Amino acid sequence: MKKAFKIFGLLFSIIMVVGILAGCGSASKAQLKVYNWGDYIDETVIDEFEKKYNIDVIYDTFATNEEMYVKIKGGGADYDVAIPSDYMIERMIKEGMLEKIDFSNVPNYKYIDERFKNLPYDPNNEYSVPYMWGTVGILYNKKMVKEPVDSWKILWDEKYKKQIFMLDSSRDSIGVALKMLGYSLNTRNMDELEQAKEALIRQKPLVLSYVSDEVKNAMISGQAALAVVWSGDAVYTKRENPDLEYAIPKEGSNLWVDAMVILKGTKNKKVAEQFINFMCEPEIAYRNTTYIGYSTPHTEARKMLPPEILNDRTAYPTDEDLKNCEVFEALSDVIKEYDRVWTEVKAAR
Amino acid sequence: MVGRVVKRVYLYLIFLFLYAPIVMLVVYSFNESRSMGRWSGFTLKWYTELFKDTEVLHALYNTLAIAVLSAVIATIIGTSAAIGIHEMKRVKKAIVMNLTYLPVINPDIVTGVSLMLLFVFTKPFTGMGLGFFTMLLAHITFNIPYVILSVMPKLKQLDRHIYEAALDLGATPSYALRKIVIPQIMPGILTGFLLAFTLSIDDFVISFFTTGSGVSNIAIYVYSMARRGVNPKINALSTIMFITVLALLLIVNKRMSKDNSKVKESV
Repeated sequence: MKKAFKIFGLLFSIIMVVGILAGCGSASKAQLKVYNWGDYIDETVIDEFEKKYNIDVIYDTFATNEEMYVKIKGGGADYDVAIPSDYMIERMIKEGMLEKIDFSNVPNYKYIDERFKNLPYDPNNEYSVPYMWGTVGILYNKKMVKEPVDSWKILWDEKYKKQIFMLDSSRDSIGVALKMLGYSLNTRNMDELEQAKEALIRQKPLVLSYVSDEVKNAMISGQAALAVVWSGDAVYTKRENPDLEYAIPKEGSNLWVDAMVILKGTKNKKVAEQFINFMCEPEIAYRNTTYIGYSTPHTEARKMLPPEILNDRTAYPTDEDLKNCEVFEALSDVIKEYDRVWTEVKAAR
Repeated sequence: MVGRVVKRVYLYLIFLFLYAPIVMLVVYSFNESRSMGRWSGFTLKWYTELFKDTEVLHALYNTLAIAVLSAVIATIIGTSAAIGIHEMKRVKKAIVMNLTYLPVINPDIVTGVSLMLLFVFTKPFTGMGLGFFTMLLAHITFNIPYVILSVMPKLKQLDRHIYEAALDLGATPSYALRKIVIPQIMPGILTGFLLAFTLSIDDFVISFFTTGSGVSNIAIYVYSMARRGVNPKINALSTIMFITVLALLLIVNKRMSKDNSKVKESV
């Protein structure tokens, strides 16, 4: 037994010593705290920024916009830069959680594609710099689906009974139904919302399951014919299984943007702007987009991409494909209704 | 005869369901492709990437440091508390034990958010922002009840008269505690320690809410990959952790059986 105590004692002291040593190293340097999605950056980029500007970057990751929001809103985190999605940025602006960016310190902003400026979540472009973007669409297996896929209606086709994966996410799935019916996916019209609910309940017997991340492996191994996925996942799954193809339905879909913002209360706004500017350097933006595989809004980085990626309409859809696409709005006044609709859909038999 | 076959099959089925997922994980940690949906050849690249990734290693360090520290501290506090509770009068004991059960059955998210609010609230007085130390405190907090609950049964089995006999023979209470009580309840203490250690490694929800910038553990790191899918590096890490635990278990078992046979020989 004595031995056990000795071992504990040893472990304890090792940990204390290492902890103290680790604490010492970073006392003098300027610090920047960045909060991003998990596995959503080429990590060598961070090292390079640290070396170039002699700044210590503390980098943490989150899994959902909502988690990140709770953490920051609750006062539990003092990050300088975060990378949330469009509708969450809108909400954070409304609640005064973001700092206006001084764009004279972010000259590389000029490289951002005009299409991603002045979007509804940040109408005057004061708070955010787009980082990645993509769409929601239908991933299908060419061996199982012989007809052309160009409409959301195919997800309501009896032929594909138990061959369909839907996203387990209220806004995304209700959005699909709304678009199928020809409405806006930011609708505040309760009648339209009810119709979307009816449609989703009608579709339910055809759905194999409501999934999130696991859909990728399921589609790669050919478990179903059709799935609603994000374009970034589509690019990746297509590479793993060439039978798969992605389509943005003609009724339109959701165009989403993840953007860099500066949080209110930051002590080093200058450094934060420096970081955002650095992330917008063509070479850096190029490395991030190739590592992540999602589409970049950066015009120069796009020019560096190999033609097979650039011409892939999954990652870089044409203006025609995007014609009817919409960006999510925060909808904080009616979001409860969306939640109710989704609960009723999930509970329906 | 048939009954024996059924028993065997049933047993094997249980082991299959318990271990098949782990075997899958180990196999796919050597998969060339990022996807679990397809086997595209053998590789060790996820292992080399794992050791190059300073963020994972930092998270691993935090996880182990917090697990060891919180388990040690919770074991000390929990064991002392259990001994104290054991000596209480009936009503008082019932009240304290129910208070002990409460954190165990309380949902993690409630514990996590309330601890976060508490730490944020006390920050102006203590100057302690969210980080390593608050996460450690939170882990100690949720570990203590488990230690108490695993030490209590051992105390109940304890023969009171041995302790009293030791006092009669001239031992001081603290000497009797160290030499009589503690050794007898040691299995309970060890169970409590191991339980606390594994619970601390497992915990995501409470850790997520009680840590600040720059300090994350493996659980937070893995969960944050939910959107893009878990990187196979994590399969490699899990494989290493699994093999370490397996090896430890085998060594401990071997030692124990050796000790047992020695005891038998001497008898």
